[in-house]
Formats: sequence, structure tokens, C-alpha cells
Amino acid sequence: MSARATLATTRRVLTQLRRDHRTLALLLLVPVLLLTLLRYVYADRPVVFDQVGGPLLALFPFITMFLVTSVAMLRERTSGTLERLLSMPLGKGDLLLGYALAFGGVAVVQSVLASAVALGFLGMDLAASPALVVLLAVLDALLGMALGLFLSAFARNEFQAVQFLPAFVLPQLLLCGLFAARATMAAPLRWLSAAFPLTYAVDGMQQLAGSGSFTGDLGRDLAVVAGASVLALTLGAATLRRQTS
Amino acid sequence: MRGLVVERGGRQVLRGVDFSLTPNLITGLLGPSGCGKTTLMRALVGVQSGVTGEVTVLGQRAGTRGLRRRVGYVIQAPAVYSDLSVTENLRYFAAVAGAPQRRVGEVLGEVALERHAGQLVQQLSGGEQARVSLATALLTVPELLVLDEPTVGLDPVLRRDLWALFRRLADAGTTVLVSSHVMDEAVRCDRLLLLRDGRLVADEAPSHLLRRTGASDIEHAFLAIAESRA
Repeated sequence: MSARATLATTRRVLTQLRRDHRTLALLLLVPVLLLTLLRYVYADRPVVFDQVGGPLLALFPFITMFLVTSVAMLRERTSGTLERLLSMPLGKGDLLLGYALAFGGVAVVQSVLASAVALGFLGMDLAASPALVVLLAVLDALLGMALGLFLSAFARNEFQAVQFLPAFVLPQLLLCGLFAARATMAAPLRWLSAAFPLTYAVDGMQQLAGSGSFTGDLGRDLAVVAGASVLALTLGAATLRRQTS
Repeated sequence: MRGLVVERGGRQVLRGVDFSLTPNLITGLLGPSGCGKTTLMRALVGVQSGVTGEVTVLGQRAGTRGLRRRVGYVIQAPAVYSDLSVTENLRYFAAVAGAPQRRVGEVLGEVALERHAGQLVQQLSGGEQARVSLATALLTVPELLVLDEPTVGLDPVLRRDLWALFRRLADAGTTVLVSSHVMDEAVRCDRLLLLRDGRLVADEAPSHLLRRTGASDIEHAFLAIAESRA
């Protein structure tokens, strides 16, 4: 591991993002606009806005980072830059950590912005402190990033990478407890839901909405989200092969 | 390189290749498209899987960690970030390769891209992009430089300049292996490896090859060898 190579990777990824105004807008402005839209959809039912909007603060970072990272890593794979990097004295950890720091940093800005607008201007009412909301949102972003990095190995082009969103994210979204409470689901669906990491991301936000204190369930949610990210990053590292056919 | 066999997708792409490179010389690897040039180079750099046989580079097994700084490899497509400027690319690759930042300015001069230093790579021509890619491989001052078709699509002036650069690098102590499917580039090499259908069919100096085959140019020499073996 080399701090110089890791930080250089972070800076390089951030420079690329800075040049790409549309992606930056997707990451930073779209969550704010969607929350605002939702606020007016539920204009006369602020309680529903709190119940649905809270989990969305967990979903936006997850989905946007998944999308951006899977395409960014795919571009590294198809353009030859990944092959070039792996033929250099670069540790795989340097590359992954460099990406994680860059997207983690963007996730902090994204969730601070979204939470500030939701809690400050839109009148969303969450019991927990904004700092915990941001912490969970950043962990969710890193989870989306780690899954995106890993799954990019199974796509041959950007078209296929984007298709992973409905294939891998929508099932998690349907079963995460946002549309129907998990307790009311049939047993097999509940088990499936318990195996999906997004379930814990959304449950964590629901805990934060309902209680001001740090509960055991919240601790479990944070641990599962962080653990799933580390697992996906480890699997992702295994897909970075120095030798290919 | 001894008894190199490479299998890809159940097919033998290289079928028993033996050679050793001479230091400080430019060796040309020539042959038609699809004959296995890129696979041979990838095996030498150590990024090719499915390799059997012995590939030793600078006294170590190909692809060994310690070699990654000492071997420069430039693939056919420009493997650089098109949304970054030339300097940003070089600074990044210097950090990754562990080269000092002052090398960035030096390699810019070596590939004659100083005028384009601040431009985004995607705004450059194909030939300029290829030179950015080449520059990233020069950052560490490699002892072995492996270049896969570096002059494809370049105008004659640029081609001449690049060959002059290869010559300077070789004179300064770098071993250079250049692949090409353009036979007229062969005369610029000190030594030629002719590859056909996964086998080496010649390994000698261009002048010697011409004398041996009695051909007027390398293209005809290649044809004479290919037909005598058919």
C-alpha cells in the first residue's frame, strides 16, 4: 500500500468528476430536487413525508453511487487504463481505497446537502441528530460504491452496467420494508429481505426517524452496511486480475 | 523466453517461441495481424494468463512485482484518461509508478507534447494520444520498453520522430521491443523477429535476412520464408 498512490487516485477520480457536470448534478442536485418534489406530493400529510423521505436519504446515496461507480470502473476496464495500472507498481488496495475516499467524500457533500435541505427547508422531522443521518448516508453511499465496483466486472459495456440497476437494486428496493412492512411479508420474502444489505440501510434510517437515541438495532444496521461494503470491496479486489486471457 | 506456449480459449496462439532480447538494441516484432504479436508481448510483460514455458525478464520471472517499475508496456489503444489533461494524466501515472514529479516535464519533452500539456486528452489527435500513452511508460525510465504498434496511423514526420526517440532510448541503455505489421518499419530495427501463425520464422538482423532470402525488401523476404514453409 502506498499513501501517495492512494491519494493520487482519489484526486484523479475527483478531477474527472469535477469535469463531468451532469454526473455532478446527478450526485448533488437530483436528491435535493426529488426530496422537494416529494414534499409537495405529500403537501397535506407531513407525517408521510417524514416516513418516506427519511429512508430516501439512505436510498439516494446508495443508488447514485452504485450507478456512477459501476460505469466509472467499467470505463477503466474497457479503456485499458486498468490493465495499464495493474502492470504498474500499484496495489489493488491503493486503487480501491482511492476510489472509496473520492466517492466517500462526494457522499459526505451529497448527504449533508440533502439532509440540510430536507431537515432545514422542507420541514422533515427526524428524531435523531443530523450527524447520525449523515453518517448512515455515507455508509450507504460506500455500500453502493462497493457493489458497483464488484458488479462492473460482470458487465461488458456501459449498456449492460446500467441494466444492473433494475436487476440488482429494484428487488432490494421492493423488499427493503419501504413499500410493505417486513413483518407482514411471507416468510421466504422476509428471509430474502434479511439477506439484502439495502434492507439494513433503510431500516437504519427508519430507526433514526423514530428514535433519538442510539439503539441496538441501529448498531446492527450500521455494522451490516459497513460489513457488506467491506465484503463487496474484497470481492471487487478479486475481480482486478493482473493476468487476463 | 524459452518454449513459450500460450493458450487462449482452447486455441494455441503461440506454439513454442524461443528468443532472447539483446540489451541496448531495438528489436522489431513483425508479422501479420492476428499472428500472436500482442499475446507474445503480454506474456513478456506478465499480464497474459494461460502461459507455459519459461519467460525471464531482467533476471526475474515475467510479471514479478519488482519488474513492474523496470518494464514499460504501451498497449495499442491509448490507455490514458481522456477527460484529464496531458499533465494531469502524467502526474497521476507518476504517482502510481513511484516516479519523481520532475519526470513529468522531462517525458513531455521526450514525446514533444509540451505545447499540449494543458489540453484534455480527448481534444488531441490519435497520434498525440498515442504519445501521451507512450510518455506514461517512460516516467520510470524503464530498462525494458515493450511497445505494441506505437506508430499506427501516424504521419511520416511523427513516425520518423518516434523512431528517433526509440533510438535515443536504446542508446541510453533501454532494451526496446517494438511490434508492427508495417514491414517497411523493419529496416529501422537492429534485429527482427518475424512471427507467423504463432511461431517465429526468423530471428536476425534486417540486412542478414535480406541477404539470406535474396529479397529486395523485408516484405518480399517475409513472403519468401512463408512460402518456403508452406
